Amino acid sequence: MDDNKNIILVEELVKDYSMGSSYFRALNDISFTAKKGEFTGLVGPSGSGKTTLLNILGALDNPTQGDAIVLGKSVKSLTHKDAARLRNNSIGFIFQTYNLLPVYSVFENVEFPLLLLKKGKEEREEAVMKALSWVGLTSKAKSRPNQLSGGESQRVAVARAMVKNPVIVLADEPTANLDAENSHNIIRTMLKLNEELKTTFIFATHDEKVISYLHRKIVLNDGKIVNDINLN
Amino acid sequence: MIRFLFKGLIRDRHRSLFPIIIVAVGVFLTTFLYSWMNGVLNDMTDANAKFDTGHMKVMTIAYNKLSNQLPNDLALTGVDRLIDTLKMTFPNYDWTARIKFGGLLDTPDENGETKSQAPAAGFALDLFGKNSKEAARLNLSKAIVKGRIPEKPGEILISDEFAKRMDVGVNSKVTLLSTSSSGAMAVQNFIISGTVEFGITAMDRGAIIADLGDIQYALDMQNSAGEILGYSKDMFYNSKTADKMAAEFNNIYTKPDDKYSPVMLSLEDQNGLRDYLHYVDGVIFFIIGVFLIAMSAVLLNAGLMSGIRRYGEVGIRLALGESKNQIYKSLLNESILIGIAGSIIGTGLGLALAYFMQEHGIDMSGQFQNSTLMINNMIRARITFTSYYIGFIPGLLATLLGTSLSGIQIFKRQTASLFKELES
Repeated sequence: MDDNKNIILVEELVKDYSMGSSYFRALNDISFTAKKGEFTGLVGPSGSGKTTLLNILGALDNPTQGDAIVLGKSVKSLTHKDAARLRNNSIGFIFQTYNLLPVYSVFENVEFPLLLLKKGKEEREEAVMKALSWVGLTSKAKSRPNQLSGGESQRVAVARAMVKNPVIVLADEPTANLDAENSHNIIRTMLKLNEELKTTFIFATHDEKVISYLHRKIVLNDGKIVNDINLN
Repeated sequence: MIRFLFKGLIRDRHRSLFPIIIVAVGVFLTTFLYSWMNGVLNDMTDANAKFDTGHMKVMTIAYNKLSNQLPNDLALTGVDRLIDTLKMTFPNYDWTARIKFGGLLDTPDENGETKSQAPAAGFALDLFGKNSKEAARLNLSKAIVKGRIPEKPGEILISDEFAKRMDVGVNSKVTLLSTSSSGAMAVQNFIISGTVEFGITAMDRGAIIADLGDIQYALDMQNSAGEILGYSKDMFYNSKTADKMAAEFNNIYTKPDDKYSPVMLSLEDQNGLRDYLHYVDGVIFFIIGVFLIAMSAVLLNAGLMSGIRRYGEVGIRLALGESKNQIYKSLLNESILIGIAGSIIGTGLGLALAYFMQEHGIDMSGQFQNSTLMINNMIRARITFTSYYIGFIPGLLATLLGTSLSGIQIFKRQTASLFKELES
């Protein structure tokens, strides 16, 4: 893929939520683009629309007006099946609360996206161990999520997001439940993956620790972009 | 992928063990309850059929009207010919003559004087006939407490309780004092070949069982009998067939203006059994129906709760790239697995307990002490073909329906809403 080509193109995006007879406008006329390999944060206070924008970029929600073109696909016109295929093939998610599947081991949690992609057993094993080595958790492959610390759990979530080599990783407040040391570790891990694999990372965050690592900061307030700063 | 999901299902007790237990308990109770009630009802009809009503009974019109008085002066005559006719007309039934009689049983002391005397209810059966199934039908060999089944004329069986009361035993000589079909006094000596216990209070209180030929001779009833009983060869009573047979026979042979003409009655047309059986059938239908609805509601709710509890997991799976269709299908597959596993376990346990209760039963003789009903003292369950699926089908369907309904919410909700469940 051409590095200079926009992999995300957001045009005049509006998102309204119905509230009985009225509605709440969560995003108001949002437009921006993102290129491959960016390390970008959607920054702003709670309720500014960060998560809503992230959900639309991940084809988990539809815009009310405007559109988001992600990897050449219009989110607005995707069917459920096409949206699932886009997420499956090209997008990784990292959540604030890790959201590992508790009944599966670390290895199995990381393996799950590859099963959805119908990869063979050997290919899966190789990819999972590689992803766990990126985050330094090969020794915990057989552990269950409840045997891990918060930092370790989030590293597993990063490995799960990265194992299929996605083009884009969307991370929603990934450090909100971590202490300072683990927050720095996680962000450094993601930064390393961004540099080595050219994966595009888009964060929704208001954590200053995360912000200090960003290459680009898109500031949102009341559903509008109020600033778009290149930090390189 | 299927293996992966199955692994998760097995490891997560909230998704597997507990739902399976709920389904299994519901199915177990349904299967056992049905088999138990079926057994109670069947025992009663079976005991009535074997000892009293047959599946079909032929009598004279007059005998039928006064049958509780055992009016052998109104008995059928030309019985051999009538039985031949019945065998030809209804070949799927076994036909056999019986005489019920009353009298006094007298036991002499060593001087020939009366030692004890008691009223007896007698049953004369074809014990020695070449093709007779009467001994097997009444399970005489199993009912023997002491001695043996009569092997030659002049031998009788008496109930064990009766023998103790009369202070007689095997090989004791007894005299039957009764009334012949012409109203004269009938006196006949017998030797007790054995004592019996049927486990039916009405029979065990004071019954004597003799060969049909002996009683025909004693009561002057050559080629006559109070009743001809018909039993279907598979020993299953079929109400519709019975009604059809009775109508067919009565249409040809019953003459309302001739009180000695034969009339055929089905099991249900005797002793008020039709109303009783319909009532019991209705009660069983109602109880099982209410139970099934309650069980289905519980299982449906369990399926719903299980589905709702997993919205968070659904959110993760959507984020990881599974489609709603795939998730819905996997939830349904899981519920089918749980339904089948729970239903198999529940049906197996229900059948096992029903089988135990079919073999051993519960002794209700204390409650039936003064009963005149033909009902076994041992109340048993009865396993039929229906027992195998009566719990299984609702167990499977209710679980599946519960999951289907909760799963539909996945489609109704915005993907982002499901996704938000992750953070809640």
